[in-house]
Amino acid sequence: MSEHIVSPRIYLVIFASLMVGTAITVWAAFQNFGAFNIVIALGIATVKATLVVLYFMHARYSPGRTHLVIVCAVFWLAIMLALTLIDYQSRPILSHRTAPHAVHRLSA
Amino acid sequence: MHRTGELYGQFQTLDQQKETAALGMWIFLVTEVLFFGGMFLTYTINRHAYPAAFGMGSNTLDIYLGGFNTVVLILSSLTMAMAVWSAQVGKKTFVTIFLILTLLLGGTFLGVKVVEYKQKFDHHLIPGQNFDLAYCAKNTNACTDLSPKARETEDRQLEEAEKLDPNLNSHAQLYFSLYFGMTGLHALHMIVGAGLLLWLLKESVGGRFGPAYNTPVEIIGLYWHFVDIVWIYLFPLLYLIDRKAGR
Repeated sequence: MSEHIVSPRIYLVIFASLMVGTAITVWAAFQNFGAFNIVIALGIATVKATLVVLYFMHARYSPGRTHLVIVCAVFWLAIMLALTLIDYQSRPILSHRTAPHAVHRLSA
Repeated sequence: MHRTGELYGQFQTLDQQKETAALGMWIFLVTEVLFFGGMFLTYTINRHAYPAAFGMGSNTLDIYLGGFNTVVLILSSLTMAMAVWSAQVGKKTFVTIFLILTLLLGGTFLGVKVVEYKQKFDHHLIPGQNFDLAYCAKNTNACTDLSPKARETEDRQLEEAEKLDPNLNSHAQLYFSLYFGMTGLHALHMIVGAGLLLWLLKESVGGRFGPAYNTPVEIIGLYWHFVDIVWIYLFPLLYLIDRKAGR
């Protein structure tokens, strides 16, 4: 077998990084960064998820077709999230900020 | 006779055979990404529409239990990865030990989840007829598990949130529906994972996994890590929405 064996040392380094990431997430949640709180939280979560995929799930050492499958997952998820959110944002009647007024205008 | 790593007719090499099995698991995980993705999308839309109710609902969750569970689950991913390594280098006893550790950590996670769910039942935070976000604020002799300081903070935040959202109670039910839906689905995946681990454990005790054959450990590992990733996103999105200073 020519499979790549990831050493326990790398696993421990990744585990430590994930712990640090968790600590930063909790710390950042208690700071007031305004609109950036959610950006920071999701950014750190994405870094953590990437570390898990690359090392714990051995994606870094996997063949190209595995990479293709992973990219597909992210791409289709992005399509679902982006297009649906664009739809919600671009229909004033469904938006929470304008909904009561819009309904009012329609019924008046 | 069960499979122990012999080459099947449709493959040319054992490496190719193993990569094919792993690819199958990855493709299943793609469907899981979209499955959970739908729930994250629903969550995003509703959180954006009702920020006050979602913030208030989130603040009732216990950040210590949630944080503890995050550590437990990431640790279980480490032990799972170590089980794969042990099989690859032929340390058969270690495979069993690491699988037991992974199973114990998974069980700990689910146990903590039970404690959290029970608290929500006791505090009338289950969506439905008896749902009342202000139950603890109204009944001073109930919710004895909350510290006076936590109770005071919650009362103050509740007052502010009610000013921002006149239908706070009904919108908070959306938050809790999503909380139970998403963490429940995640917990279901953990239970399935625990079942798979039990089977791995049984086979591992029989000495089946070693350098020549460890495909099941590897691909169940992939599944277990995926469940870990879902929690990596669930923790900040459900527990840490509105903890920032000054609240």
